[in-house]
Amino acid sequence: MSFYGVDLSSRLLLGTARYPSPAILAEAVKASGAEVVTVSLRRESGAQRAGQTFWSFIRELGLRVLPNTAGCHSVKEAVTTAHMARELFGTRWIKLEVIGESDTLQPDVFGLVEAARILAEDGFEVFPYTTEDLVVADRLVQAGCRVLMPWGAPIGSARGLNNLYGLKALRAHFPDIPLVVDAGIGVPSHAAAAMELGYDAVLLNTAVAEAGDPAGMARAFALAIEAGRLAFLAQPLEPRDMAAPSTPVIGKAVLGG
Amino acid sequence: MRIFLNGDARDTEATTLDGALSALGFRDAVIATAVNGRFVAKGARQATTLAEGDAIEVVAPLQGG
Repeated sequence: MSFYGVDLSSRLLLGTARYPSPAILAEAVKASGAEVVTVSLRRESGAQRAGQTFWSFIRELGLRVLPNTAGCHSVKEAVTTAHMARELFGTRWIKLEVIGESDTLQPDVFGLVEAARILAEDGFEVFPYTTEDLVVADRLVQAGCRVLMPWGAPIGSARGLNNLYGLKALRAHFPDIPLVVDAGIGVPSHAAAAMELGYDAVLLNTAVAEAGDPAGMARAFALAIEAGRLAFLAQPLEPRDMAAPSTPVIGKAVLGG
Repeated sequence: MRIFLNGDARDTEATTLDGALSALGFRDAVIATAVNGRFVAKGARQATTLAEGDAIEVVAPLQGG
């Protein structure tokens, strides 16, 4: 799997927020096998300098970081945040979020496309957090995105894949663009289902961070994602409405009754 | 001169962004900055002069999903 020319072997991208402690975050990252972790940027206090400690911690993990524009509600905010992230983290990668609705944290897809175009023209490698809408996805690709990250369900909702049909259609429509289900995943079976659809990777955070045993859950997700990928490659059966006996009928003894 | 640092009013004698950041505890810190909503790259901080009422945003890495 490759994002913007960077080859990765793990198909799990892990968020770094909401863990009970940095030590548990480190354990979960290790157990997940993730090679990419998402990070954010927030106001820093000159007295506490909390961000400095966190940055040292992340650098010690030795992983690639994918900074986000979480919480941005306008194109201007998202673009400015992306510039700050590029300088701070030294990467052209940006997980672009432009939020349009506070209850569902649904992307503002109009602002998203505009921000993606501005950033792509400025040399950013954009990972847009979007919906499963095909036309929006097409616009994002036209804007220069070479990865798409449709939601499974609203962020942190743990509802899984709300629109299987839409996600399948997106996969069929964009066979050559890496697709990552980002947000809404609750349990490993949700992640496996996304991978069985042929998605390239899964990005999750809360499902691991807020599990009773984050490291254990990270391992469970890693296995589910691998299982789902193997199942996709092995070409699963299509569902059918009627039964089809697995045991051969021919040769069955005739016993009457 | 009164400026706003991450939304809080602060008094500073510094006339440049770089000077204000040093005076406000950010010397050698890994940060990114904006003034009045516009990104100011690290290399441009010294040449960025401040005016009364300017709003400075200083951000650093933090956990994210």
